Amino acid sequence: MSGSRMTCQELADFLMAYDDGELPGGQRKVFEEHLGVCPPCLTYLETYRETVRLGKSLCDDAEGAPPHECPEELIEAILTARRSGE
Amino acid sequence: MSEDDARLLEGLRRGDDAAYEELVRSQGGRLLAVTRRILGDEDDARDAVQEAFLSAFKSIDRFQGGSLVSTWLHRIAVNAALMKLRSRRRRPEESIDDLLPKYLDDGHPAQPAVPWKNLSDAQLIRAETRKQVRAAIDQLPEGYRTVLVLRDIEELDTAEAAELLGMTKNAVKTRLHRARQALRGLLDPELQAGGGPPG
Repeated sequence: MSGSRMTCQELADFLMAYDDGELPGGQRKVFEEHLGVCPPCLTYLETYRETVRLGKSLCDDAEGAPPHECPEELIEAILTARRSGE
Repeated sequence: MSEDDARLLEGLRRGDDAAYEELVRSQGGRLLAVTRRILGDEDDARDAVQEAFLSAFKSIDRFQGGSLVSTWLHRIAVNAALMKLRSRRRRPEESIDDLLPKYLDDGHPAQPAVPWKNLSDAQLIRAETRKQVRAAIDQLPEGYRTVLVLRDIEELDTAEAAELLGMTKNAVKTRLHRARQALRGLLDPELQAGGGPPG
């Protein structure tokens, strides 16, 4: 994009700070001005956020997370180790 | 503390075998999933779970009950997995640069971002989508994968992750951002609108 005081590369560097609300006011304004006139950066921001959402979908507390089985031999090994005072 | 946790804790402190078995059976699978995510190796993950439980058993009298038993165990398992990670033979740190977006000298992207297809919540929880994301996370260099797993999946805050990893909070933030950017790049070919069906 042209006419902005922030390059696309700088914007990408500041994405997380922006989403975490850690960009100082002046920088935030320049960031948002750039986003307003640069569709590829807006797309980059959206896909970055989607990436974070996809990562969080692996969390055990996420909706639809599969139950995790503990192998019987591991359970036995832990209980045996406890009984033998390891 | 919930009634169930209070009853379980009482049994554990009495040294009741049945209480120990209940704890291992109810929490073992979940803890194994945690250590698998951090270590990426089944044998190491199982060892870490065993070490976590044995460590928890020893400190059961010191557990104050200020959090859920499951939360307390989760932290112990994360710690056990990180200890295991450190004990592995040190390998030179892999660079993440090849996975990061490229820019021209004037700061424009070498390849402008293309929109992704819309993933509904239903698609997001499909096993295949999860598998795809997990496989991409496994391609991240270890030092970046660990930070991303701790912050975005295990939901530790920056300060907790920094303390466990022996890094500054700023270093954790920088690594997390790069790991997310690299993960985005790895998922991009699969998720671009107009590509194949998601997961």
